[in-house]
Amino acid sequence: MKHIISILIENEAGALSRVAGLFSARGYNIESLTVAATEDPSLSRMTLVTRGSEDVIAQITKQLNKLIDVVKLIDLADSPHIERELMMVKIKTTEQTRNDIRSVVDIFRGRILDVTPNSYVIEMTGSSEKLDAFTAAISHDSIIEVVRSGATGISRGEQGLHL
Amino acid sequence: MELSGAQILLQSLADEGVEYIFGYPGGAVLHIYDAIFQQEAVKHILVRHEQGATHAADGYARATGKPGVVLVTSGPGATNAVTGIATAYMDSIPMVVISGQVSSPVIGSDAFQEVDMVGITRPCVKHNFLVKDVTKLAETIKKAFYVATTGRPGPVVVDIPKDITAPNILVPYKYPKKVSLRSYNPVVNVAKEQIKAAVELLLSANKPMIYAGGGVVLGEASSELTEFTRHLGYPITNTLMGLGAYPATDKQFVGMLGMHGTYEANMAMHESDVIIAIGARFDDRVTGKLDEFCPYAKIIHIDIDPASISKTIKKIAIPIVGDVKPVLKQLLECLKDSKKKPNKKALETWWQQIDEWRAVQSLEYDRSSDLIKPQFVIEQLYQVTKGDAYVTSDVGQHQMWAAQYYHFDKPRRWINSGGLGTMGFGLPAAIGVKLAFPDADVACVTGEASIQMCIQELSTALQFKTPVKIINLNNRYMGMVRQWQEFSYECRYSHSYMDTIPDFVKLAEAYGHVGIRIDKPEEVRPALEQAFAMKDRTVFLDIMTDRTENVYPMIEAGKGHHDMKLRVALGTSTDRELA
Repeated sequence: MKHIISILIENEAGALSRVAGLFSARGYNIESLTVAATEDPSLSRMTLVTRGSEDVIAQITKQLNKLIDVVKLIDLADSPHIERELMMVKIKTTEQTRNDIRSVVDIFRGRILDVTPNSYVIEMTGSSEKLDAFTAAISHDSIIEVVRSGATGISRGEQGLHL
Repeated sequence: MELSGAQILLQSLADEGVEYIFGYPGGAVLHIYDAIFQQEAVKHILVRHEQGATHAADGYARATGKPGVVLVTSGPGATNAVTGIATAYMDSIPMVVISGQVSSPVIGSDAFQEVDMVGITRPCVKHNFLVKDVTKLAETIKKAFYVATTGRPGPVVVDIPKDITAPNILVPYKYPKKVSLRSYNPVVNVAKEQIKAAVELLLSANKPMIYAGGGVVLGEASSELTEFTRHLGYPITNTLMGLGAYPATDKQFVGMLGMHGTYEANMAMHESDVIIAIGARFDDRVTGKLDEFCPYAKIIHIDIDPASISKTIKKIAIPIVGDVKPVLKQLLECLKDSKKKPNKKALETWWQQIDEWRAVQSLEYDRSSDLIKPQFVIEQLYQVTKGDAYVTSDVGQHQMWAAQYYHFDKPRRWINSGGLGTMGFGLPAAIGVKLAFPDADVACVTGEASIQMCIQELSTALQFKTPVKIINLNNRYMGMVRQWQEFSYECRYSHSYMDTIPDFVKLAEAYGHVGIRIDKPEEVRPALEQAFAMKDRTVFLDIMTDRTENVYPMIEAGKGHHDMKLRVALGTSTDRELA
């Protein structure tokens, strides 16, 4: 099952490699990993998407907690949460295909950020599944490149991951 | 008080109560060595190779419970220390390793003797630091000791660029009394309900087993464990790392468990219905085949590290995350308060069963041989030292024999590399122990292969007057490799033999020590007595043992506890021809 693990970690050099190193050393999967500073510049927030059995996920969260730099973490999959990922897609266009592509972009509530006679750059946010669905809806041959941020997430309600 | 970075480092170590640092100088740590020269509080032990420094500090830490401290230079000095750091990490030994680094401005430029020490050691340390600011040095050292010694202990590396220790930059010095990290809270309170549930399960047992490991030694909880075990009257087994946590000569002790554990310990684990694991981590050398591990047992697991719980063995009935000492105290209190008592009748039957397994005498060996049996040597060592020596070992057959035949009654007496299995550990570790306990008997049980991995430390032993006794079980083979090749590779002894083994007597003499070669069984006892009588000399006993002897009993790879290979099944080892 997919798990989104949200981590508050000391914003220090090497903190990211401690997390990444843990995953490679213990043979866990990382589907995506995003990290940036929070409103408190001494802390970074990391969102890590991984897959595994319950046993494996339990070990992953314990091993992450064991890292000295990790302040707190939660597995967002344990409770209601919102997941968002940003994707930008560059697509080949022709006179004939432009309108079709625009209507698909509208259906997915995307935006067109850049237009040339032969291409669009499309911005889209949503759950990872939605982004997958969009790329599946576009002809594979027309895609020039795809760049995705990896998922980030936040829990619903008043509770939050903070100090 | 204004001090340079190098002086701050030394003053911090002194304020931390450090007696010895084990180290080797080099370019990046020259400022530090100059500061060492100008102080007396901390004594520096000059080793002959940085691996030796880490093992010596490790031996010191294991014997005393205090953190071992190491100082190495950048680059090769740092990489040479890595094996010893990983050794300490696997066995949760508190250690602080100071490594020099090239000057801050040239970090990342492939400077002379530059290596990314923080990066290299990341997977084998509890934590590491790169010091970027001399004003943070004292605090970083305090943090390093705090992290290394609290919770589940482990090695911490502090990498210090050369410019940080420069003599011309002086900053105010104050060593913090206390330090805290918001991301690290090693103290955990144990819920009373967990203790109650554990006691209830323990008292419901018909075939109980106590399985105690190195955590009991590290947690200084031997007396609590002993009281707890005696109160219940249950059988107890120790892991390789736990030997000495419970007195081995006590009647409730059924021996070590696992791959080369006793038949009775492994059979009892297999048949048990309730197991309490105390400061033990279900290592693969203990469990054997996971699917067949303790099929009938409900398991209580006490560990200070939450990640140890359900890591390999998933079916833990009652997990208790906490420090073993207070947890055992709580358990004992709860037991004493409980109206329910252990099931006396069931326990009697269980002990009868265990005595039947004991009657197999799985550690018996051929005592009539004309050759020196390695087991006999350890038994003699045990007698000559009255069971009270500190015994370090290297890794291989000799290590298992020392574990099986030297009956450790006290914790911190058995000092070996259990998790990483590091050959070369024994001699430097013995030096570290002898420094801590100059009046105690310290024996290094080793083999002719292992001892050569850190033999250069014989020179350190002379310089720092650490008269240890080296018991070299010389079978002219890498015995454990040879044993596996015999069992699993149809006796194809691929590279488990060196046909140019040095004359260890001459070698010992060349290093300024006493060397004695022993060829006959009847010479063993007198030689041991002679060696231990020479209080102020390091003695190298080169003992020519039976080349074909194997370690029994054995759980072969991929088998369960009930599936042990016993000596009788194969006949005596001397029946077999070696290539």
